Amino acid sequence: MKKNRQYSLLIIPALIVSLAFFLLPMAKLVWLSLAEQHGISYWYILTKPMYLKSLWSTFLLSAVVTIASLVIATIVGLFLTRYEFKGKSVLVAMLSFPLVFPGVVIGFFVIMLAGRQGLFAELGLALTGERWTLAYSISGLFIGYLYFSIPRVVLTVMGAAEKLDHNLIEAGRSLGANRWQLLRDVTLPALTPGLISSGSICFATSMGAFGTAFTLATNLNVLPMTIYTEFTLNANFAMAAALSLILGFITWLCLTIARRQGGSSLGMGG
Amino acid sequence: MKNASTSVAITLKQVQKTFSDGTLALKPLDLHIEKGEILVLLGPSGCGKTTTLRLIAGLEFCDQGGQILFGERDVTNVAIEQRRVGMVFQSYALFPNMNVSENIAYGLRVRGESKELKEKKVQEMLELFDLEPYAHRGIDQLSGGQRQRVALARAIITEPEVLLLDEPLSALDALLKKRLRTDINALLKRLGITAVYVTHDQEEAMAMGDRIAILDRGEIAQIGTAEEVYLSPKSEFVANFIGQMNHFDGLLNGQALSFRSNFIPLPETLYSTYKEGERIRCMTRPEDVRLTSFEDATLKGAVSHSVFLGDRTRVLVSVEGVKELVHVDCFERKRYSKGDRVGLVIPPLCLVLLPNLGSEEVVC
Amino acid sequence: MKKGMYFYLQLAFTLLVCAFLIVPIFMSITAGLTNNYFVGVKSGLTLRWVEQVWTLYSDTIWLTMEIALVTTLVNLCVGVPCAYYLARTRSKLSAFLDECLTLPIAIPGMAIALGLISVYGGISEFRMSWLFILVGHVIFTLPFMVKSVLAVLQSINFRVLEEGAASLGASFWQRFFHVIVPNCKTGIVSGILMTLTLSAGEFNLTWMLHTPLTKTLPVGLADSYASMRLEVSSAYTLIFLGMILPLLIAAQWLNRKPKRTA
Repeated sequence: MKKNRQYSLLIIPALIVSLAFFLLPMAKLVWLSLAEQHGISYWYILTKPMYLKSLWSTFLLSAVVTIASLVIATIVGLFLTRYEFKGKSVLVAMLSFPLVFPGVVIGFFVIMLAGRQGLFAELGLALTGERWTLAYSISGLFIGYLYFSIPRVVLTVMGAAEKLDHNLIEAGRSLGANRWQLLRDVTLPALTPGLISSGSICFATSMGAFGTAFTLATNLNVLPMTIYTEFTLNANFAMAAALSLILGFITWLCLTIARRQGGSSLGMGG
Repeated sequence: MKNASTSVAITLKQVQKTFSDGTLALKPLDLHIEKGEILVLLGPSGCGKTTTLRLIAGLEFCDQGGQILFGERDVTNVAIEQRRVGMVFQSYALFPNMNVSENIAYGLRVRGESKELKEKKVQEMLELFDLEPYAHRGIDQLSGGQRQRVALARAIITEPEVLLLDEPLSALDALLKKRLRTDINALLKRLGITAVYVTHDQEEAMAMGDRIAILDRGEIAQIGTAEEVYLSPKSEFVANFIGQMNHFDGLLNGQALSFRSNFIPLPETLYSTYKEGERIRCMTRPEDVRLTSFEDATLKGAVSHSVFLGDRTRVLVSVEGVKELVHVDCFERKRYSKGDRVGLVIPPLCLVLLPNLGSEEVVC
Repeated sequence: MKKGMYFYLQLAFTLLVCAFLIVPIFMSITAGLTNNYFVGVKSGLTLRWVEQVWTLYSDTIWLTMEIALVTTLVNLCVGVPCAYYLARTRSKLSAFLDECLTLPIAIPGMAIALGLISVYGGISEFRMSWLFILVGHVIFTLPFMVKSVLAVLQSINFRVLEEGAASLGASFWQRFFHVIVPNCKTGIVSGILMTLTLSAGEFNLTWMLHTPLTKTLPVGLADSYASMRLEVSSAYTLIFLGMILPLLIAAQWLNRKPKRTA
C-alpha cells in the first residue's frame, strides 16, 4: 500500500539478530581462516594426511549411511503408505519420534545396543560365546548415523508416496506390468525428487553430526571431531575455522540441492 | 438500516493506473456514480474492472494527476481503512478465526463501539440475512450461500458511504446465483446505498445494475442502462460481449445493404450517414431474425443445422456472401433439417449499425 | 491389494526397523530404573538413580527449561513478524533475508558456535552467562519458527483477509493481531513445540558455548555418559525423554488434526 510501509518494521528484529549473531560471526570466521599466513590452513587441509583422511572418511561414512537409509526408508515408507492395518499410526509415530533426539542421546543408544554390555554383546554371547562390541568402532558410528537418518528419510518418502498418483500404478497394471516392473518404472521415478532431497538432507546431517561421535569417542576422527580437537586441544583457531567453513559449505550445498528438489530443508543436527 | 443518509456519490477524475511492472491497467477514466446508484462494471478478465474497483476501495492508488471523490471528500490518497467503504470480496475474505457473529461485528469492534451497540446491530444483521441459527457457527461450517450473506452483512453493518462488490456470486452454483442476485439487488435498492458491482457475467450485470459500464482493455467501451447497451451497442466489442450478434458485411446500395445476390433493406435513419457504395457492417440479434419462405425473401439461405434448446430452436443458416453462419432463434415448434432453403427477415428497427468510424474498421 | 507374502515380508522388515529405533529407548528406561543393570531387572526396580541424577544435575534441568522457554519467547517476537514480512514481500532483499535466515539450518552448529566465540568470546560478562547459549539457540531454532509460520501464511490467502479487515476500518496493527496472528495459530504452535524440543536437546552448539557454570541438560548428559555408571546415565536420559516426549506427542497430535480451510 502506498505510503504505508509499516510492515517493513516487522523484519527489523530478525535482521538485527541475524546480522549480529549469525552474519557477523560467519564473516569473522572467514576472516580468521584467511588471516593467518594467507589462508595456509586451507593448504594444510588439502595436503596433510590427517585432515584429508578426516574429510574423506566423514564423506564416505555419510555417503554409505545415506544410501543405506534411502534403501531402508523406501521399503518401509512404501509399505506404510500402501497398506492400511491396525496399529499403523503407532508404527509411524515410533518412526518419527527419534527425529529430534540429540546426537549425544543417540550415541548413548548405540552404546545400549552395541556397547560392551549392550544387546548385541548379550546376543553374541548367547550365540557364539563372544561379546559383539561394535559401538566404539566405525560400525558404531554407522549404527548411530543410521538411527537419526532413517526417520528423516522415511517421513519424506511417505510424504512423496502419498502424493503419488494412484492412476499411474493402475495404468501400469492394466498394461500388464508386474510388481518389480511397476516399482522400477513407475514408483521409483515418481519418488526420485523426494529421495534426492531427503538423501541430501541426510548426507548433510551426517557430515555435521557431532554429538554421536562425541559420545562414542571412537578412534575414527570424523570432521566435526577434528574441528573440536583443533579448537580445544591444539588451540588452532584458524584451522578450526577453515575446517568448519568447508564443512558448512558442503552441508549448505546439500541443502540447496534438497531445496531445488522441493524438499523442506528442515534437517537437524545429529 | 437507513443507509441512504450515509451514502455518497462517487466521482473519478482522470483516474489512471500503471502497475509497477509498467503495464497500463487503466487508461485515464472519468466516471460519476450518483448517490444511491448501483453501477455494474462488466468486462472480460484483464479489462480493468477489478482494478477500477480496487482504486475506488483504496486497495490500490491511482497514478499522479487522478482524483477520486466520495461526495465532496477527496479520498485519492486515503487508505482503505479510512475511506468508510464496505467491501464484499470474491472469496468473501471471512476471518476463519472468528464465528459468524464475530465476523459481522468486526467493523464495529475496530471502531471501538460499545458492547450493547454491537449486539444490537449484529442481531439486526442476523435477522436481515436469515443467519440467526448460525450466529455461533465457524466459517468453515457454512455453505457458500451463507458465507456470501455473512460477507454482505459484515460489509454493510458499519453503514459505509459506498458498497463495493467484487464478483460476489462467482463462487456459487448457477441456481443460487440467480436467486441471490435478485435478493441483493432488492436489498441494495431498499438500503439506497451507492454500490459498485464487478462481474464478468453479462446476465448478472443486466439483472443487477441501474447502469452498466462495459470495460475493454483498460477503458470504458460504453456506459448506460441495460437496454441501451443491449439494444444500441456503440462498438463491436460491446455488441459481441453482451448477447450474441450476427454480422453482415456489405456495400451500401441505394437504401439497402447488399452482398452478392442478397440484400437487407435499411431504414433511412441508418443509411443516411453513409455514402453510396461504402462498405458497412450491420448487426442483428438471433432473436430478431425471422424465418420465412424462401421465395419472397430478400435474404436467402440454406439451413446448416439446428439445435433444440427447449424454449426455442437455434437454427444456423448459411447465407451466400455472409462469412459466418447466421444464428436465428425460432420460437415456433417447427423442425428444420439440413439443406432446407429458407428466407430471412430482419425488421429494420432491429438492425444495429455502428457509427461510421472509417472504412478500415470493417474487414470483409 | 491382497495381503500376500510380500506384505508380511515388508511388515517384518518395518517392525525390525521400528525395533531398532525403539528398543534402545526402552533399554535406557529400564536401565535407569533397575538396581543393577548387569544383573538385570531381577535385581529390583528403584528410583535411586533418578534421585541421584536430580541431586547431581538438577541445575542443568532448570537451566535447559529456562533457555528453552526464553528462546521460544524470543522466537515468537522475532520470528512471527519476520515470517509475515517474508510472506508479504517479494523482493531481492527479502529473498536474501530468507536465505540468511535459512542458512543456520545448513551450517553445522559447530561453525556457528566457533563464529560466536570468535566475535563475542572476549566479552567475558556475556561469555560466562547463559545468554551466550541463548543466542546460539535462537540462531539455530529461529529458522524453524519462521518456516513453520511462513508455511501456514502461504497456505491461507492472508492478503485478502487483511484487505477484508482493512475495508472494515482496521488499522495495520489491528489487522496483524486480529487477523494474521490468530490465523497462523497452527504454524505458531508447531513452531513453539519445535523450538522447545530443539532447544532442550541442542548439543552441538551448546557444548562449544557452555561454561562450567552454564551446563544444559544435553551437556550434562554427555558428561554423565563419559564419567558415570550406566544406570545413572540411563536415569538421566530417562529424565530427558520425559521432558521432550510430551512435546513430541503434542506435535504429532497437532499434525493429525485436519487443517481448517480459510
